[in-house]
Amino acid sequence: MIELVWLIPIFPFIGFLINGLFGRRFSEKTIGWIGAGSVGASFVVAVSIFFEILKLAPGNRSVEKIVYSWIWSGDLNVPIGFLVDPLSLIMIMVVSGVGCIIHVYSIGYMHGELGFRRYFSYLNLFVFNMLILVSANNFLLMFVGWEGVGLCSYLLIGYYYEKKSASDAGKKAFIVNRIGDFGFLLGMFLIFTIFGTFNFTDVFGAAPEKLTQGGAIVTLITILLFVGATGKSAQIPLYTWLPDAMEGPTPVSALIHAATMVTAGVYMVSRCSVLFAMAPVSLTVVAIIGGATALFAATIGMTQFDIKRVLAYSTISQLGYMFMACGVGAFASGIFHLMTHAFFKALLFMAAGSVMHAMSGELDMRKMGNLRKKLPYTHLTYLFGTLAIAGIFPFAGFFSKDEILFYSFEKHIAFWILGAVAAVMTSFYMFRSVFMTFYGKSRVEKDVAHHLHESPPMMTVPLMVLAFLSLVGGLVGIPMLEGGHVFADFVGPVFAPAKAIIDHGVHHEGHHNVTAEIILMAVSLGIAIFGLLVARFMYITSPETPGRIVQRFSGLHKLVYNKYWIDELYDFLFVNSIVEFSKLIWKKFDEAVIDGAVNGVAAVVRAFGSVLRLLQTGLVKDYALSILVGAIVVIGYLLLR
Amino acid sequence: MVTLEHYLVLSALLFALGIAGVMLRRNLIVILMSLELMMNAVNLSFVAFSRYLGSIEGQIFVLFVMVVAAAEVAVGLAIAVAVFKQRGTININDISLLKW
Repeated sequence: MIELVWLIPIFPFIGFLINGLFGRRFSEKTIGWIGAGSVGASFVVAVSIFFEILKLAPGNRSVEKIVYSWIWSGDLNVPIGFLVDPLSLIMIMVVSGVGCIIHVYSIGYMHGELGFRRYFSYLNLFVFNMLILVSANNFLLMFVGWEGVGLCSYLLIGYYYEKKSASDAGKKAFIVNRIGDFGFLLGMFLIFTIFGTFNFTDVFGAAPEKLTQGGAIVTLITILLFVGATGKSAQIPLYTWLPDAMEGPTPVSALIHAATMVTAGVYMVSRCSVLFAMAPVSLTVVAIIGGATALFAATIGMTQFDIKRVLAYSTISQLGYMFMACGVGAFASGIFHLMTHAFFKALLFMAAGSVMHAMSGELDMRKMGNLRKKLPYTHLTYLFGTLAIAGIFPFAGFFSKDEILFYSFEKHIAFWILGAVAAVMTSFYMFRSVFMTFYGKSRVEKDVAHHLHESPPMMTVPLMVLAFLSLVGGLVGIPMLEGGHVFADFVGPVFAPAKAIIDHGVHHEGHHNVTAEIILMAVSLGIAIFGLLVARFMYITSPETPGRIVQRFSGLHKLVYNKYWIDELYDFLFVNSIVEFSKLIWKKFDEAVIDGAVNGVAAVVRAFGSVLRLLQTGLVKDYALSILVGAIVVIGYLLLR
Repeated sequence: MVTLEHYLVLSALLFALGIAGVMLRRNLIVILMSLELMMNAVNLSFVAFSRYLGSIEGQIFVLFVMVVAAAEVAVGLAIAVAVFKQRGTININDISLLKW
């Protein structure tokens, strides 16, 4: 079965081709089920490979499968090959599994939309690229997927392209990602010049010999790769595109901008864990950027009123958590959080989509309230997602977030404080959104209120599946019980080389400090409940408090509410300067020099022509005369020569 | 005794007459006739040389020229008819559209 790993990305690609090329006459149902079915088929293959790999010994669970020799030129030999190991398998299963659920949900959500076929073709193309990204066995093929998901993200953000804000958001996402991709490319080139190969196993195997521990080159490589990750995974300073990306359809936000694509950066950093482990400076940078982003985005999330934007900032913040986990060397915890986050954040987005569906497209939480009676399933599933992300026991987020906080605490208390403060805020803004949307007094406008309705089963059933996963997804990582951490034991071997480098002689003697861990768990649970209570006090018990706080700290609130004016700052610093410079070149160089040269040549030719054309009189006799004169001249020359 | 020079002089005179006709006359049909005259002047010199050199080739060539000339006249006259139908005149000074 492992031999058939290439089937996994192929299925969605076939779905894309069928819907894209021949879907014109298909009914919505056919298109939707082709899309969902193809991703489901990938998931089935992935699961059967997963069970097969479980039978192997933990040390042998890394299998490479070369399908085709793609580029073969001199020293450069790049195959289309797949790397199946616990890390990529988890990513494949999350992408195809959550992807399949979101496809099914989309059938209900996108019902009656004009570009139904276009939507499903793009979505399938996205899943194809994402699967290529996570299953590739070399950097170059990974980059193909990396760019492919960027393209699909652009296409799907700009899905409502008649709307200017949507097409602008698409362009912004694409361009900001390009900046990050540039870093990734440079990092890749540097890897190739040093290792002479793009293959993951070869590069990581040779890294300890060819690079010096903590050397400048390995630091440069990892920083460049991390620049790529900040673009794709929306970290400081390249996070600004993600909130705008909410212009796309909500299932797209769930799939691409919450569950899968934005986690590609975390995956990439984890994949390169050996390189990062060899560059402590880069690791610290990753941890600091991650922690700072987690906190920074959470502060913005607390002030937003657009439910999808709250979730978007929450995504940025959670991605920051994952990077912080990678930065403190707990790669497995980062991936664990990536998985649980995929469950509950996709759930939250889709539940928000369900609310939007019921509210005729309204996103402003100030115009919601008390929806829980009208939308019982949506309310319950959204609540499950919130409990999970806030880290309330025993929901999935509790285990993964707690683990990250534990490892940050072990590394340095500053990281723990960053994470803990962000966790309070997370809990606060998530429950704030719950209370504003589903509880309290109804602020729904009249013409919207009378056709409030629960979404069809096509949408609520996927929500319930994800709600279930959000509830139990964390149980694979129960920390204290010996052997209870199934997840870490599974992915552990992938990160073993990195761990060995980081520990580097310093033996921890496996002292798993259970007491400290339990105390930290209690603290983080307390933190989450504290956030809940604050939100409850401010939005249920005394709803006038937020207004008063805003008045008291009006300057600060304005700063945070306007997202620290980062977008405006970037516009001023980079966008406008480039636009102005381009205008200058356009006017001064393009119009003056290039156009001048081209038009000048034309003018010279025209001037000659205007003189010479006087010879063309149109009178036959003149032409006959010129023939005669010519003949006489030639004959005369021949005679007199 | 009629020598080669006589023929050549006659040929040259006829040719010159043809040129003058082409250059000076305005009637398209007359111009065509003048062209025919020039061609026959050339034919004459061909035949004269053929006789003088005792070679048959010049005479063969004349036959070719006559065929071509017949074709040319047919086309030329057809054009003249067409022009007349179109414009009501065959004065070539009035037929001067093909210019800047």
